[in-house]
Amino acid sequence: MKRFTDKDLQIKSILYRKALLKYIKTANAGHTGGSLSCVDILNVLYNDVLNVTSENFSDNNRDRYIQSKGHSVEALYVVLADKGFFPESDLNTLCKYQSVYIGHPTRKVKGIEFNTGALGHGLPISAGIALAGKIDNASFRVFTLIGDGELAEGSNWEAVMMSAHYKLDNLTAILDNNTLQISGRNKDVCNPYPIDEKFKAFGWNVLTTDGNSIVQLRKIFKEIPVGNAKPTLIIAKTIKGYGVSFMEDQKKWHHGVPTDEQYKLALEELDQELKKYK
Amino acid sequence: MILNKLSIGKANLEEFSATLIELAEKDRDIIVVTSDSRGSGKLEPFAQKFPGQIVEVGIAEQNLVGVAAGLASAGKKVFAVSPACFLTARSLEQIKNDVAYSNQPVTLVGISAGVSYGPLGSTHHSLHDVSVLRAIHNINIVVPADNFETREAVIAASESKTPFYLKFGKKALPVLPRPDQKFEIGKASVICTGTDIVFIAAGETVAPAYEAARLLAEKNISAMVISMHTIKPLDKEAVCSAAKKCRAIITVEENSIYGGLGEACASLLMQEGIKLPFKIMGFPDEATVTGSQTELFTHYGLSDKGLADAALQILNSDYEKR
Repeated sequence: MKRFTDKDLQIKSILYRKALLKYIKTANAGHTGGSLSCVDILNVLYNDVLNVTSENFSDNNRDRYIQSKGHSVEALYVVLADKGFFPESDLNTLCKYQSVYIGHPTRKVKGIEFNTGALGHGLPISAGIALAGKIDNASFRVFTLIGDGELAEGSNWEAVMMSAHYKLDNLTAILDNNTLQISGRNKDVCNPYPIDEKFKAFGWNVLTTDGNSIVQLRKIFKEIPVGNAKPTLIIAKTIKGYGVSFMEDQKKWHHGVPTDEQYKLALEELDQELKKYK
Repeated sequence: MILNKLSIGKANLEEFSATLIELAEKDRDIIVVTSDSRGSGKLEPFAQKFPGQIVEVGIAEQNLVGVAAGLASAGKKVFAVSPACFLTARSLEQIKNDVAYSNQPVTLVGISAGVSYGPLGSTHHSLHDVSVLRAIHNINIVVPADNFETREAVIAASESKTPFYLKFGKKALPVLPRPDQKFEIGKASVICTGTDIVFIAAGETVAPAYEAARLLAEKNISAMVISMHTIKPLDKEAVCSAAKKCRAIITVEENSIYGGLGEACASLLMQEGIKLPFKIMGFPDEATVTGSQTELFTHYGLSDKGLADAALQILNSDYEKR
């Protein structure tokens, strides 16, 4: 895998943000806030952590990434395009009639493992893949991105219990903890906190980090305990809409397409940010 | 055609378990996933023989199906075994998305299906499974009528790259005649031929349909019996050809009369422009009475006598019209 500097990845994050906004704008649809909150996590996963490339994608020993919070698919599509799974220009068809690039992850798109989007599915699937790895004594690891609102789905807790029972230390769940879901703050909708204590009580390792910091994310993925017979949860503290000031921490940007004016402003902000790295 | 009395075989579940042991002996990738259901699934012998090939997830059917899909995606040949009532209702979204839509070759095995649990009541009955699964794209629905079909279906499912649903009851089943000795997914099996009426039946209702044919033979009525083990994809040719050979059709299923085999046949015949006396025998849209499986079959007209009476009635009304 090509070794990137922190600066390389920080620049990529800005470019990913610009790209995902562009395709959301073109599609006139998309989950803007969630994609902006998790894109740094995807950046670090695909550029620094996962042993997954377009070349080894059919190799059974590849690492697996399952996006349980499927609605943030725009972030995943732009990262996969950057990794060469398909030409980025394909994303001009996002959500258009007969496009394979639908509004949730689909196996029709190269690089995507599972059709997700209904919540509470990624963790059980990932546990199953991790279990297959254990049965085969394989070295691959499994990563899944879950949302904080999604934790209300009971199926997650079935998988949390079972993953600890089977000592799936090859499984890591990353929580995109932006604290907002479509109706408002998680704590007001149906309080999932304290999330760390809940997972610890179920027998998981729990790590916490700044989920919009490339440096912190790169560090935390290296801190996943190896061979301690426990699955790991990384609580990535993120900001919904991160990187575009007027979209940040606003439930109305859960899904929402910027107006021409808003789009222009967003790009100006991101270009301004980009200049800092030049 | 002489219709012989049937001898009794094993429960389909026992045949399923025996077949699975045979397959696992040759294939380390066979994995059984259960939800505290290895006992009711007759899987203790399998578990003892292949402890590394059985995964227990506890009483958690949603996780059962998600985990099964994950295992399958990593190259395992997965049989997810759980009571049909829970498997196909509680985890329906996992079946739809993780298995069918994501095209993972999982075989979902609904055990103690239909009204096998008898007096335990409607929480434990699965009269909806075939109906709901028919509306989901990319899943073969197979309801074996006896041990022969069970064995063949399990082997076919294990070799398939696409999802399957197998529906098994609990009781020992008769050994049905096999005039052509063949089994193919998507191809109905003719159990006996006839010209007056055809019973198109599935699963544990095929044996009573056959017994009804014997009763009718005593009255010089010639009844054909078809085991429509594969409900999806439906063997359209078999349905249309039987309709052309006989004067009336009765479909029989251990399922709701809504959305199952009967309505699948009715829809086909209507759209093919084939019109003849037609009746769907199954469980009506009402709160099921209390009783054993046998008592419930009798109550709802699915016993040999009930089916023979239904045949006489439909044939007589057919005569009256002429």
